[in-house]
Amino acid sequence: MESEEGREIPLSRRPEWSDVTPVPQDDGPNPVVPIDYTDEFRETMDYFRAIYLADERSPRSLLLTARAIRLNAGNYTVWHFRRLILEALDADLWSELDFVGNIASSNSKNYQIWHHRRWLAEKLGTPATIKELEFTKKILSIDAKNYHAWSHRQWVLQALGGWEDELDYCLLLLSEDIFNNSAWNQKYFVITKSPQLGGLEAMRDSEVDYSIEAILANPENESPWRYLRGLFKDDTKSLISDPRISSVCLDIVLGKRSCVFALSTLLDLICFGFQPSPEFKDAVDALQTAGSGSSLAETICSALELIDPLRSNYWAWRKTMVPTLAV
Amino acid sequence: MEPSCEKLTVTQREQFMVEGQVFSIYKHFSDLPRSAKNIMLELARDKHIEYLTKGLRRLGSSFCVLDANRPWLCYWILHSLALLGETIDEELENNAVDFLNRCQDPNGGYSGGPGQMPHLATTYAAVNSLITLGGHRSLSSINRQKLYKFLQRMKDPSGGFRMHVRGEMDVRACYTAISVASILNILDDELAKNVGNYIISCQTYEGGIAGEPGSEAHGGYTFCGLATMILINQVQRLDIARLIDWVVFRQGIECGFQGRTNKLVDGCYSFWQGGIFALIQRLGMDVHKRLATDVGKQDDSVGCVQASVDCNSSEKQINLQDASSLSDENHSREEVELAEDGLINVRDLENLAAVGFNFLKHRTQLGPLFHSLGLQQYLLLCSQVLEGGFRDKPGKNRDYYHTCYCLSGLSVCQYTSSKDVDSSPLPQALFGPFSNLLESIHPLYNVVVDQYYEAHEFFSRC
Repeated sequence: MESEEGREIPLSRRPEWSDVTPVPQDDGPNPVVPIDYTDEFRETMDYFRAIYLADERSPRSLLLTARAIRLNAGNYTVWHFRRLILEALDADLWSELDFVGNIASSNSKNYQIWHHRRWLAEKLGTPATIKELEFTKKILSIDAKNYHAWSHRQWVLQALGGWEDELDYCLLLLSEDIFNNSAWNQKYFVITKSPQLGGLEAMRDSEVDYSIEAILANPENESPWRYLRGLFKDDTKSLISDPRISSVCLDIVLGKRSCVFALSTLLDLICFGFQPSPEFKDAVDALQTAGSGSSLAETICSALELIDPLRSNYWAWRKTMVPTLAV
Repeated sequence: MEPSCEKLTVTQREQFMVEGQVFSIYKHFSDLPRSAKNIMLELARDKHIEYLTKGLRRLGSSFCVLDANRPWLCYWILHSLALLGETIDEELENNAVDFLNRCQDPNGGYSGGPGQMPHLATTYAAVNSLITLGGHRSLSSINRQKLYKFLQRMKDPSGGFRMHVRGEMDVRACYTAISVASILNILDDELAKNVGNYIISCQTYEGGIAGEPGSEAHGGYTFCGLATMILINQVQRLDIARLIDWVVFRQGIECGFQGRTNKLVDGCYSFWQGGIFALIQRLGMDVHKRLATDVGKQDDSVGCVQASVDCNSSEKQINLQDASSLSDENHSREEVELAEDGLINVRDLENLAAVGFNFLKHRTQLGPLFHSLGLQQYLLLCSQVLEGGFRDKPGKNRDYYHTCYCLSGLSVCQYTSSKDVDSSPLPQALFGPFSNLLESIHPLYNVVVDQYYEAHEFFSRC
């Protein structure tokens, strides 16, 4: 029974626990990293140990695990035992979802909570789909990059379905924050895995357009650049022959806008065999003062060493890795 | 990054706020007279040691939420003390060994505290703690036979590992299992089977590695995935070029590392991301040869690396040169044949046992690909707390986790230009006075090298 702190009746004085002998923690006489447990915490865990060792899977045990979880949501042993109790009691898992939802609001980055949620959803099956998608959406509305929420959402989609609105959801999040890399990652997940879409190659064309639009709006945004590259995976032939990509690189470089990613992408293209026009060469040459005789790829590396000094070691190394036939 | 006239997004707003705080620290620093500067660049050793030792002896009630993580608290503290070159008194050492032994499950593995279920992460933390403590009593307290059985039970048919009985499965679980098995010399092809398949399925389109297939590329999981692949001799199955390209861009304008694209800098990624560079630097020549595209030059000379430090308001201009050309004579690594399904051949059984040790014997093949002095600048000026300990970023509180990983990252930086793990760095490799020098680590396990050697010797005997 939860009541205000200080007015709560200890477990030891409750009739419903009178038959149980609490088990103190076996910390030994001189433990290291000893924690100054509150009385409530110590007592709760003493009783938990008792029922855990006795393997008592009863309603009162269930209540006790809730109490222990509220005190420390990271105790995976308590969560595990709670699951055993829920199974033994054939408990209503829908209200258990509510219980987890409650705890999650103050512990949204806790592994155990999300694992418990996944276990519940797996047991409940497709009837839980909508609720799980709503739940993750709620968490993501508070923190649009919560790693656990996204992983759970992906698991739900693959195990239970609900793909219909997912692409739209990604677009919505990206319209709110085009820099949200988690949403870009989810988009990639949807276009490659959704059984309702045609797969990566079928989606590629429209996705290239979308990425380029995002790039032109904010060329300093790394997400669409990585996404664009990812659309081609190992298909370097298609990558270098798509004029839109080299085009956007040139636009950014000529426009003298933030162009680290544009130059980096151009470097990759050239290393894969792209043959740039004279216009390209002039644009790149204008950026730096390397000696003549360097290949265009080497020139780009030199330019990047100047423009992106934080990564000068990387660009110097890339220079040594440039293929000899690269222009 | 100039904000456009339109409304800023959440990402932009948060990023600008952090930049503002960091740059004001750097500006304040650059305006200081030289004597004050020197003080700010010092590692506050005594304060850190005080903070750490206090935690080992006693923790306040706010730590109730870490009651299932006590071996982690041990590791974060003991490893930090070891990095600082500090030994703890014998009584405290014995108490630590005894306590960890109480966390050891009779059926193998270590739990988050006495009476709890064994868990892979706390097993990793406990084993690393005991190795950091060193000595016969500590090392012999680990029941390896039982631990092996525990690892077997955690193994999933798919190849990955679960954190605990019916627990979650991810790249972190793979790393903690394989790392422990390797360092205790109980790694075999049965434990390693199909782990490689699981991890490569977690490399994302960005180049980094995610916790589970499909999730976002993340520094912590990328470190875990890469280290695991190295330990099971399958690193060449990863797209290393893409991985490197992803991780170099995780160092931001603040000079520290972020965990994911477009997220905020955090001191702990100094190790998770920084450590990746320490691993890449020691990959065999065969892997680096494969990094050059098929078209064009086969180049045996690797990276002439020049780094001039010009990180915002940093005063130092330093040229680090590490032109190392390696011929195959120096290269003593054994080639590993892989069957097409990625399974390790039987003849590689002995190779698995030697991987961790041989890794240290490789001289660094590359200079650092990241900005080491910049990262040290972030750690000392933004993460270090002068009252002791380290934090995520300005505005956050210190904690033992960040203290451990900031110091680990600092160590990685200091030794990143050293050819051998045993050789002392040059003064110019360090940001701040040479007295800031920490102990060096084994980057696969994140254990101080000397302690690793002792453990390796001990566990090779039996």
